[in-house]
Amino acid sequence: MQRRPTLLTALAGDRGGMIMLALLAIAAVVVPVATLLVPAGSALHMSTYTVTLLGKYLTYALLALALDLIWGYCGILSLGHGAFFALGGYAMGMYLMREIGARGVYGNPVLPDFMVFLNWKSLPWYWYGFDHFWFAAAMVVLAPGLLALVFGWLTFRSRVSGVYLSIITQALTYALMLAFFRNEMGFGGNNGLTDFKDILGFNIQSDATRVGLFLASAAALAAGYWIARFILRSRLGAVVTAVRDAEPRARFLGYQTEHYKLWVFVLSAVLAGVAGALYVPQVGIINPSEFSPLNSIEMVVWVAVGGRGTLFGAALGAVLVNYAKTYLTGALPEVWLFALGALFILVTLFLPRGVIGLAARMRRRPKGDAAFAAPEPPE
Amino acid sequence: MSADRDPHGAAHPAHDGDAGAHPFVPGEVDASHRALLYVESVTVSFDGFKALNDLTLYVDDGELRCLIGPNGAGKTTLMDVITGKTRPDSGQAFFGQTLDLTRMREYEIAASGIGRKFQKPSVFPQHSVFENLELAMSGDKRVWSALFARLSGEQVDRIDEVLEIIGLVSERNRRAGLLSHGQTQWLEIGMLLMQSPRLLLVDEPVAGMTAQETERTAELLTSLAGQHSVIVVEHDMDFVRSIARKVTVLHEGHVLAEGSMSEMQSDPRVVEVYLGE
Repeated sequence: MQRRPTLLTALAGDRGGMIMLALLAIAAVVVPVATLLVPAGSALHMSTYTVTLLGKYLTYALLALALDLIWGYCGILSLGHGAFFALGGYAMGMYLMREIGARGVYGNPVLPDFMVFLNWKSLPWYWYGFDHFWFAAAMVVLAPGLLALVFGWLTFRSRVSGVYLSIITQALTYALMLAFFRNEMGFGGNNGLTDFKDILGFNIQSDATRVGLFLASAAALAAGYWIARFILRSRLGAVVTAVRDAEPRARFLGYQTEHYKLWVFVLSAVLAGVAGALYVPQVGIINPSEFSPLNSIEMVVWVAVGGRGTLFGAALGAVLVNYAKTYLTGALPEVWLFALGALFILVTLFLPRGVIGLAARMRRRPKGDAAFAAPEPPE
Repeated sequence: MSADRDPHGAAHPAHDGDAGAHPFVPGEVDASHRALLYVESVTVSFDGFKALNDLTLYVDDGELRCLIGPNGAGKTTLMDVITGKTRPDSGQAFFGQTLDLTRMREYEIAASGIGRKFQKPSVFPQHSVFENLELAMSGDKRVWSALFARLSGEQVDRIDEVLEIIGLVSERNRRAGLLSHGQTQWLEIGMLLMQSPRLLLVDEPVAGMTAQETERTAELLTSLAGQHSVIVVEHDMDFVRSIARKVTVLHEGHVLAEGSMSEMQSDPRVVEVYLGE
């Protein structure tokens, strides 16, 4: 009767997750066909712009999933997850910069344009290795992972939690933003990294590459969901939610709760970093504004709108809110921030469990698997 | 100091040095000298206020001990010292002959066999009763082993056995947050039992319980003594009378008296500070 899953059975009975993965699978077929096979004049043709936009939404969805993993299930409200996303993005951006090679404006085979512009004579040591994709890929995981490890170790060990932790995460991302704005840091200052030419030898502007990046984003989201669900259904996941609901109790049972929190926090940061790495080649730029505290707060709104503590709800929320953002910033640019604020207030007041919670309430679903249930909204 | 101080406390005052007689085995509780818990001359002060003042207490293996005393007598602080939540300013606390509680971290103390039931019931409300017991089970509590942990048949049997003891078999798959107050308390006691503890600390188990629930709890705790040492902190005198064999009265952070309930009731000092009302 006890059902701790294996990796293969992690999704058994998870209807929301199945629907999400099915939609991703459909998109993974439809999007390439509509973009590459349907001729440009046809009504069914999908433009490069649309593919890129969808791919971007999927990276946001993965980011929201990462955030929901620690907020919804571990009770840690990170208001600085943009930092991990941006670090993953910068690692990818550095690789893409090195890929430009001598094709930059200044034609320097080694130094990126902004370094030539700053009169730098040689490549800073921390740019070494980024001409290899595998190295950059490792950094996409390691940079956010290590930051989360050090940050989490220091804060969880000191038993910093709740609002204080949220404020410190804001400070973290703000500090990184200020640092990355500085030209001397060697990450392109406020212009960031841009003008990418190709990725793994493929022209980054071409439709086929865009479709490839879209598919990679869909695969990453699906894999991220699968892994997160497996973890949450394991005993580890049960401990993590137990820590969320009654940490002192878990500690007295002999669990080193800070280790559990740290583990999930690092995993979440890594997932956010991967999302950032997929985001950068699709939008074509990474700059310090990705570290801005407001960005990180926006991510929390995505999760809240979709439904905290469901994973698929977070992904859905990211897509919905960003679709609204794309639409509103085009149609009524000055309204967007007010709409975002209003959305957060409305969701907090009337939809404490987000769109998913609303859907569940309308279906009057009977109470199911206890560990699987979404958490009570925080006070 | 109480008049009838535990006799072998004086006989074995030292826990230091004689490693030959008591080889230290990590994680093993050595209760070969009958006493399981030694608290000696412990003082804890908060901003000058002495919550515990030179307190000495011994609890035997398998004993059921009631701890009573007026508010502020130091009962909860004593529990905190035993579980490692509070460090004493001076004095010693040993679990068995070898485990120095003042140097162990909270989770190490929990793992060595001391379970604590909080005053306010504290279970995992979003988990099922079964899962609450599963999480409480003794064993490897590290992160990686939890990721791939599976319940063996024996472990499931053990959980069912505990469900039987605490009378929650029919609530096995219910969300713990939906249990009644009394059931929640029993579940918490069950969670302690899952850790196969040598010593159970139970803080005000019957507060807010109905008469029937109180009676059930008394039966439960009495049935646990023998296999486990149990320390019960309780205000409800009728309840204490119904379960206690030996009572320790605390007053102002100090042991005022120790003995059977009837001795305590006739002790003028106890009557004065506590029972006289």
